[in-house]
Amino acid sequence: MTETRRAAAPALAEASPEPHQPSAAAVSLTDAHPASGLYRRAWRRFRRDKVAMFGLILTVLIVLFVLSADLISRITGFDYRTGELGQQFLPPFQGPHILGTDLNGRDVLVRLAYGGRVSLFVAVLAALTTLVIGGGVGAISGFFGGWADGVLMRLVDVLLSVPGLPILLLISVLYRPGVTGLAVIIALLSWPGVARLIRGEVLGRRGAEYVEAARVAGADSSRIILRHIIPNVIPLMVVWISLAIPALILTEATLSFLGFGVRVPVPSWGNMLDGATKYFAKSWTNVFIPGFAIWLTVLAINLIGNGLRDALDPRLND
Amino acid sequence: MGRFILHRLIQMIPLVIGITFLTFAIVNLVPGSPVDRIAFNPRARPEDVARIKENLGLDRPWPERYANWLGDLLHGDLGLSLINYTPVRDRILGVLPNTLVLTTTSLVLALVISVPVGLQAAVRRNSVFDYAVNVITTVLFAMPTFWFGLLLILLFAVKFNEWGLPSLPVGGIYNLRGDTGFLDRVQHLILPAIALAGVQLAAWTRYIRSSTLEVIRLDYIRTAEAKGLRDRTVLYGHAFRNALLPLVTLVGLTLPELFGGALLIETIFAWNGIGRLAYDAALSSDYTLIMGTVLMFSVLTLLANLLADVAYALLDPRIRYD
Repeated sequence: MTETRRAAAPALAEASPEPHQPSAAAVSLTDAHPASGLYRRAWRRFRRDKVAMFGLILTVLIVLFVLSADLISRITGFDYRTGELGQQFLPPFQGPHILGTDLNGRDVLVRLAYGGRVSLFVAVLAALTTLVIGGGVGAISGFFGGWADGVLMRLVDVLLSVPGLPILLLISVLYRPGVTGLAVIIALLSWPGVARLIRGEVLGRRGAEYVEAARVAGADSSRIILRHIIPNVIPLMVVWISLAIPALILTEATLSFLGFGVRVPVPSWGNMLDGATKYFAKSWTNVFIPGFAIWLTVLAINLIGNGLRDALDPRLND
Repeated sequence: MGRFILHRLIQMIPLVIGITFLTFAIVNLVPGSPVDRIAFNPRARPEDVARIKENLGLDRPWPERYANWLGDLLHGDLGLSLINYTPVRDRILGVLPNTLVLTTTSLVLALVISVPVGLQAAVRRNSVFDYAVNVITTVLFAMPTFWFGLLLILLFAVKFNEWGLPSLPVGGIYNLRGDTGFLDRVQHLILPAIALAGVQLAAWTRYIRSSTLEVIRLDYIRTAEAKGLRDRTVLYGHAFRNALLPLVTLVGLTLPELFGGALLIETIFAWNGIGRLAYDAALSSDYTLIMGTVLMFSVLTLLANLLADVAYALLDPRIRYD
């Protein structure tokens, strides 16, 4: 039991709405805090889910690989910017370049690590920004209703019916964003989905009896939102973010692949592919490797997300 | 039914205005204007810059410019391309059929495969078939669309050619030698349509599987089985009809994604459609042309959503449309 708690703490502590109390958390099913009990049960379910655990381990390995980019660069002796003439398109697994070299004679393995760092950074930042904007709009819309709800939801309708990719191209051409700017722009177009989700959830909670009770007890709106509604929406947000990050990795990769996302010389998985497609016939591994990295990462995080959805669904009991 | 459609069309008007405003705002809220680039030229006199601005109407306040632009739009005038001064409308309408052929084909392809596979996976829950479907859809769902397209090219065009197997064409809509028979066009369509259908196929199969699983537990299915109906009749006549409803909504919602995918696939497969037009316009910073393609994609999305609504109303007898 204590082992479960220790393992659960880093993963879900930030999601726990209750102040962290080790002594209270040590109590098992007769826990006084229903919310932390939910997370403990969820973690137990998650741990039994072999596929989800596989996704978690894979994700941890990928993140470790990406974070050790500097180390890999030092060990192999190659950096991500300088290539060697006459060393272009070396095949993988032969010689010092483990994954071969690209069109400029740069080491693919090192670029993969640095590129992954950029790709994951953009995706995570975009997901968090999306959650802040969408969560805020959804909470306001759902909780207060009225004309604010009307205006915000019409805006959501508009944004949901414009295809994101051409708009992103347009904005990228006009503003030429950097890495951080790219994440923010992606977020500015991605928030309507989560806003609608949160709105529905908040709308459902607003009329709940425990909210009525809090109101009768004299709690004002901000207290009700912070203490009673948000803790109940958090499981949904956790699931959402775990499924949004892979989707946003794909968005960044798509934009960069088209040449409108992360711009050279900063590497990202998407723009590594962009450079490689023109020389498809010369070296297909250059096209295969970055795409494979994107695919593996998206797959791994999706598996976590599916596992979390199953584990956090309060309708399921164990 | 006519009134229902009319009602939905009227509801779309604020949406269309919102979309035009958004498109206009993105381009026009950028500090500076296209003319500023000319101002950098040391040989351009300030009065030249002012004159060009006046000619283009850029000296006016933005609400007036928006009203003018919207007025032109209502006449079907999307402006001129900034690169070669061809009317944007003609450029878009010229390639619209190609995009529709590609997107419709892959939509149909995705539905034709995902519906029976999803149903069978639900019926044979936890079988080897179900397990295989689960693995394949998970793998496919995580694929970046463009990478999937590139892999298809690698396998069916490059490698098949190397191995001496019959390979498929990967560029354009028809053969450049002018051999544009029906068969030739179909051959050119196969790979891009599969590449575009891939992700949707995976998502919809999973969706149909789970919504069928919810439906087949219900009492009316047991009743139908108890009556002695054949499994096929129960599955397609009873279960599928109810599992289909949410699918219609889902298909409507994923259409913007499909058009986004079309942009990628058209670019990779040199398919002369709106998506490729948008990409080329973005490469050459042709704002008016990109704005036109964005509007066209939005209108297509709205119309497709309308179709989804109509389909929903037709399928669900609980919805009254008068």
